[in-house]
Amino acid sequence: MAHSEHAATAHEEHDDHDHKPKGLWRWVSTTNHKDIGTLYLIFSCTMFFVAGSFAMLIRAELFKPGLQFLDPALFNTFTTMHGLVMIFGAIMPGFVGLANWMIPMQVGAPDMALPRMNNFSFWILPFAFTLLIGSIFVPGGGMAGGWTLYPPLSIQTGDALPMAIFSIHLMGASSIMGAINIIVTIMNMRAPGMSLLRMPLFVWTWLITAFLLIAVMPVLAGAVTMLLTDHFFGTSFFNAAGGGDPVMFQHIFWFFGHPEVYIMILPGFGIVSEIIPTFSRKPLFGYDAMVYATASIAFLSFIVWAHHMFTVGLPLASELFFMLSTMLIAIPTGVKVFNWSATLYRGSISYDPPMLWALAFLFLFSIGGFSGLMLAIAPADFQYQDTYFVVAHFHYVLVSGALFSIMGAVYYWLPKWTGHMYNMKLAKWHFWLSAIFFNVLFFPQHFLGLAGMPRRIPDYATQFADWNMVSSLGGFAFGASQLLFPYIIWQCVRGGEKATDRVWEGARGLEWELPSPAPYHTWAEAPAMATLDHGAPVHETHG
Amino acid sequence: MATHTDSDKYYLPHGSPWPIVGSVALFSTMLGAVAYLNDWLGGWIFLPGALLLIGMFFGWFSTVIDENQHGVYNREVDRSFRMGMMWFIFSEVMFFAAFFGALFYARRLAVPWLGGEGVKVVNRLFLWPQFSPGWPSNGPEHLGPRAGGSFEVMPAFGIPALNTIILLTSGVTVTIAHHALRTGRRGVLKLFLAFTFLLGFTFVSLQVHEYGEAYRELGLRLSTGIYGSTFFMLTGFHGLHVTIGAIMLVIIWLRTLRGHFTPTHHFAFEAVSWYWHFVDVVWLGLFVFVYWL
Repeated sequence: MAHSEHAATAHEEHDDHDHKPKGLWRWVSTTNHKDIGTLYLIFSCTMFFVAGSFAMLIRAELFKPGLQFLDPALFNTFTTMHGLVMIFGAIMPGFVGLANWMIPMQVGAPDMALPRMNNFSFWILPFAFTLLIGSIFVPGGGMAGGWTLYPPLSIQTGDALPMAIFSIHLMGASSIMGAINIIVTIMNMRAPGMSLLRMPLFVWTWLITAFLLIAVMPVLAGAVTMLLTDHFFGTSFFNAAGGGDPVMFQHIFWFFGHPEVYIMILPGFGIVSEIIPTFSRKPLFGYDAMVYATASIAFLSFIVWAHHMFTVGLPLASELFFMLSTMLIAIPTGVKVFNWSATLYRGSISYDPPMLWALAFLFLFSIGGFSGLMLAIAPADFQYQDTYFVVAHFHYVLVSGALFSIMGAVYYWLPKWTGHMYNMKLAKWHFWLSAIFFNVLFFPQHFLGLAGMPRRIPDYATQFADWNMVSSLGGFAFGASQLLFPYIIWQCVRGGEKATDRVWEGARGLEWELPSPAPYHTWAEAPAMATLDHGAPVHETHG
Repeated sequence: MATHTDSDKYYLPHGSPWPIVGSVALFSTMLGAVAYLNDWLGGWIFLPGALLLIGMFFGWFSTVIDENQHGVYNREVDRSFRMGMMWFIFSEVMFFAAFFGALFYARRLAVPWLGGEGVKVVNRLFLWPQFSPGWPSNGPEHLGPRAGGSFEVMPAFGIPALNTIILLTSGVTVTIAHHALRTGRRGVLKLFLAFTFLLGFTFVSLQVHEYGEAYRELGLRLSTGIYGSTFFMLTGFHGLHVTIGAIMLVIIWLRTLRGHFTPTHHFAFEAVSWYWHFVDVVWLGLFVFVYWL
């Protein structure tokens, strides 16, 4: 009967470990987590450069006062697109790509739990971004109300409006499917013996991130659907004349938006928690505390959203509640920063490229955290609101936080993926140029903001000219430095010194038990945890 | 017919055309919708994409059902499917939460503020002195199809109450079908599954009737201010989900006719019944907060 036949074929295919179709179709039809991880990472890198080009244009326009190259509407479109593409196209797919590559290898699973859906969640993205970036070129111009899409400005957009909204629906569908896959893989596919509190922290942080994604992406879908119906079908969600309220959009948006902020940083926390112990040659300090701190941050992210809206005219009680709940986040975040510092303390530290990115993360993300604390103070926020101080703040957490952690992760795991070491010298150049010019680019924006320069404006008063020029020069140099990144990766894929299986002397975790490069199929048989005393990061905090 | 193996190998498919077909279908459907909304082209333009989307679902699910019937899924794969479905339903819950949130915000805050409640007294003094806030409301400008903007709401204890009874009954019938499946009474299973989707489609047709009445006689439309917006978006998305759920019920009913599902292994049946209970619970929220209170 057909049953045994089919099962037999399935079995044969399964045993054929290097079975992969050739050419383009392999990448289009693949259900392999490593292929899909690679696709995500290439996509993320491409979008990073697309959105980065928008940023270069913005900085070129702001190089000196007056209008240089860009029509103000186009400037606003670039600002909007820079935000949307960086967030949904570069940072999020970057983390999902890392999750695809590493989570099955780190938990001892043969692949992601739902491999076909995994392919679907990736291949939606190129179409979504075709729609989004294509929207710049239609009559009426692209979305120009900022990535937050506040009405009434956003619903005055021309033909681009439905394109941008549908592209957000597609991105949301992709994120939800990706997140479901990650949760199910972690909950159902762990090797026997890997209890929840023995999981690597990258896995833990992604588990919590995936939960946040499933909880809030549908809320964003709802919010943009209301924009669409307000524009095309005469609803009054955000129209006061009909009993609605434009501020209601901001509430719904930020109910999504604040957890979204943590979606973009929690996996980074996980990465840094992997890198710092490896290069300090010490187990992570306070593993359990790290897990509980991550969970607390995730919980708090749902009750702080209105700190993005202090100046819209909230009732006093709301201002107080959201100010205090926001400040609470400093506690679990502080726990993390102190744990990383304690891991470094008396460690045998080496400064390889991944560690450099992780250390820069630790310092610079903390600066972003402190400016966040300043912004959390409601009365002070009345001054900072909508100035470059806010821009400086969120670039310190998103560039030197999220992006630096992705860079660190790529330099950490690249030898495992390709089987080659990369050019260490060039990688260090990439790091130092990025770290220095990042600060040249964004640190002056604190001064500009405190002096009152508004964000999202193509022109400014001459008093702001000096620091803008410095910032733009830093921006151009930062942008140019990033070109080293694809070059280093390309070199590493092509060849280089053979990587050992463990790659880094202090590396611990199941992925390092596998050969370098990791074979197409790994952990077809679940690893026996009992025999691996350094398999999962057995935390030694109790010992 | 075995639907599960005891293999300890987790089944991994090797390559699939369906996801890319799905992506192309979604893209062309949305591009079609964009073209229609922007008046670039007529409404027919998103049909090819929509048809391709249906084809994708058909092909993808056929593959999975086929693999399942040939026993390539072990218990672990089954558990992955279950967890996946639960999290999917959770995402749907959050989608509805956004619209319920909009409803509560509008009722409790936006409309009273427009009427000048508390510190928003300037609204009453300077903007809309004539506006008397309350619920239902179509706002200070009384947006709606009628001159003067008057409208009536759908009384809760008419069709909506009947629909509540219908959906609750369908929740009972699907549970009876489930028990019948588990105890091997296939006849009862087929009969009660059929009752369930028939009740589902009855619900949808009553909703359509109700919409017709609202549009023709009550002055209640999507454009009737915030009341019309929340009423039609909440009940509309719910009706869409009931329709999808009823179609899924028809599909698993057809599968039971073909002899699929065993007393111990019937993930698809359970997934659809979870989904059905989910639309049921959402309706209870709608009945209480949209129609009744």
